[in-house]
Amino acid sequence: MTHPAPLVAPRENLAAALEKLLGRDLLAHVRAVDEDSITVTRDAIAGVMLQLRDALEYQQLMEMAGVDYPDRPERFEVVYHLLSVTKNHRLRVRVSTDEATPVPSVVPVWPNAGWLEREVFDMYGVLFSGNPDLRRILTDYGFEGHPQRKDFPLTGYTELRYSEEDKRVVYEPVRLAQDFRNFDFLSPWEGADYILPGDEKAGGTGEAPGKGAPSPMTADAVKKADEAKAPPPPTPKTTDREAQTGAGKGANKAAARPSKDGAKTRPAAKAKTPATAKAEKAPATTPAKPRKPKGGDA
Amino acid sequence: MTDSPQVKHHGSDMFEGYPVDTADTAGDQVVTNYTINFGPQHPAAHGVLRMVMELDGEIIERVDPHVGLLHRGTEKLIEYKTYLQALPYFDRLDYCSPLCMEHSYVLAIEKLLDLEVPARAQYLRTLFAELTRICNHMLNIGSHVMDVGAMTPNLWVFELREDCLNFFERMSGARMHHAWFRPGGVHQDVPEKLLVDIGEWVETRLPKLFGDAMSLVVDNRIFKQRNVDIATVSKEDALAWGFSGPMIRGSGIPWDIRKAQPYDAYAAMEFDIPVGTKGDCYDRFMVRVQEVYQSARIIKQCLRDMPSGPVASLDRKVVPPKRGEMKQSMESLIHHFKLYTEGFHVPAGEVYVATESPKGEFGVYLVSDGTNKPYRCKIRPTAFSHLQAMDMMSKGHMLADTTAIIGAIDVVFGECDR
Repeated sequence: MTHPAPLVAPRENLAAALEKLLGRDLLAHVRAVDEDSITVTRDAIAGVMLQLRDALEYQQLMEMAGVDYPDRPERFEVVYHLLSVTKNHRLRVRVSTDEATPVPSVVPVWPNAGWLEREVFDMYGVLFSGNPDLRRILTDYGFEGHPQRKDFPLTGYTELRYSEEDKRVVYEPVRLAQDFRNFDFLSPWEGADYILPGDEKAGGTGEAPGKGAPSPMTADAVKKADEAKAPPPPTPKTTDREAQTGAGKGANKAAARPSKDGAKTRPAAKAKTPATAKAEKAPATTPAKPRKPKGGDA
Repeated sequence: MTDSPQVKHHGSDMFEGYPVDTADTAGDQVVTNYTINFGPQHPAAHGVLRMVMELDGEIIERVDPHVGLLHRGTEKLIEYKTYLQALPYFDRLDYCSPLCMEHSYVLAIEKLLDLEVPARAQYLRTLFAELTRICNHMLNIGSHVMDVGAMTPNLWVFELREDCLNFFERMSGARMHHAWFRPGGVHQDVPEKLLVDIGEWVETRLPKLFGDAMSLVVDNRIFKQRNVDIATVSKEDALAWGFSGPMIRGSGIPWDIRKAQPYDAYAAMEFDIPVGTKGDCYDRFMVRVQEVYQSARIIKQCLRDMPSGPVASLDRKVVPPKRGEMKQSMESLIHHFKLYTEGFHVPAGEVYVATESPKGEFGVYLVSDGTNKPYRCKIRPTAFSHLQAMDMMSKGHMLADTTAIIGAIDVVFGECDR
């Protein structure tokens, strides 16, 4: 540990205590970056919180955050941060949900959950069953949509101004004087999610190049990330056996046979690397996405 | 602004057969509850707070604070910025203690990166975080006493606040929005003369002027009448409502993140945690007054023990090189260019880092997906929990006590609404 961030000592026997206390409601317990986080079943959250407060002495609910992962079947995570002032420990509890399924409210356990749940509802549209006052909290009166969702544009949909003619504030659809400029500074060699034009010809996998090394990662982490994402290494093309050379009796026969459209059929046996096989399968006619011009055009 | 009270008359039919005078007299009126708006434009609301209050005469029955009038979508904006570009947004959260806002954020990044920060940078951060605390408390103490009717102390402590802002200007070039704490350290070293001047100020001017100003207030009969026994919060309530900072210490719980979970150079500092005894507005006020003296103690220790050396990490993959280096070294030029365009990558993971800001626990929940931009950055404002307890705290008090309660919460809406 070298960083100067707040020091929280690990709590002894936490894993066993959680296991014993929560039983089947505990889905996962991870300790990463010196922080404990647990995942629990959504429907049991209120009971779990009560247990954590009374049996494990997490007296305070400091924070509730929503996180949106649009790719997951249950796209929202609701993350609770608990603090124990007697044991001097923090615990993160998370449940996942989607747009329609409500999460049981923890207002009966901590009264300050009321506003925190309102905020998650306002920002993500996560519903909380049992919250006595689930109104919007941070956005404007009469606001529509849930702005923290990843599919909500940064600019929003409406803007307001004071209209001199109407003598009041009027709402209008957003009109940008210049396009919203989202600079993509990611290096194409380190995890950009598009293919550079021309790369597809080189027998690429059609995917973004493997995740490179974000600078401060440790070598181990980089290796792990690479293994997780990169395709298996292609088998090298060899000519150990005759069949691999494209020559021989079988190949000759095949070469002699006229094809329907006059062209020669391809030899039956041809060593393909998995990479080229995949590249061939991919429709070659699809032009690569043109690279977006970067920066302003002015 | 106020609705006129609805007056219900006793009907004359109640007294049928009796000769009664049907004209209204004062005692005959039954005043039903009425609702008023406190704010959003009210000098004692400390910003854009709108509170819908239900009053029974002058007694508060129910308070419904409406927040979000200053919502600027900071968390959304941060998702579209690199880690370094997102830093200045934190100054604009609690604009009364900007450096303490940056503090949580840079520590969160450093925790994810597991980045070592040189000792001098840690001491500088500690020093200026404490100076920020003094600066913040000057504003809050001053406006609190003004909200309950005293004028002079406010003018005096604003002198001190002005001094603090001058120090900040010499530190970073900006009086309020410094962007001076950076992941890996601080942006620039400070002039030696500034440290000398701060040391002198802490020794002489601060205790004298602040002591004078507080001597007018702390034993003042009117000030006590307005604050003692107002909005008493028990220990249990303070825990249940997620209180932190002077609010929880005012209720008698000695909880201070600087002591319990030390960060930067706080582990080496010696200071006391003032706590209240009753948990009323007066206790919260006095906790802040005492904290100013404790902050001064920490500043003196920082100045005494501050080592020399680099003020930012020398890891060139995170901290850009200085201009002079760039003129000499191609490598530095490349690093500078890469860090100011693409920025550094933060390993995938999540942290919740909370520091003791002047107003309480200010936390940053940072989710990284391994790229150069935060995937999610949730900011835990201190005021959210405190303001939510407004209904609980002010029930049964008089309308005029509201200003004292808000003053003792120390709410700033840049932070509350984000």
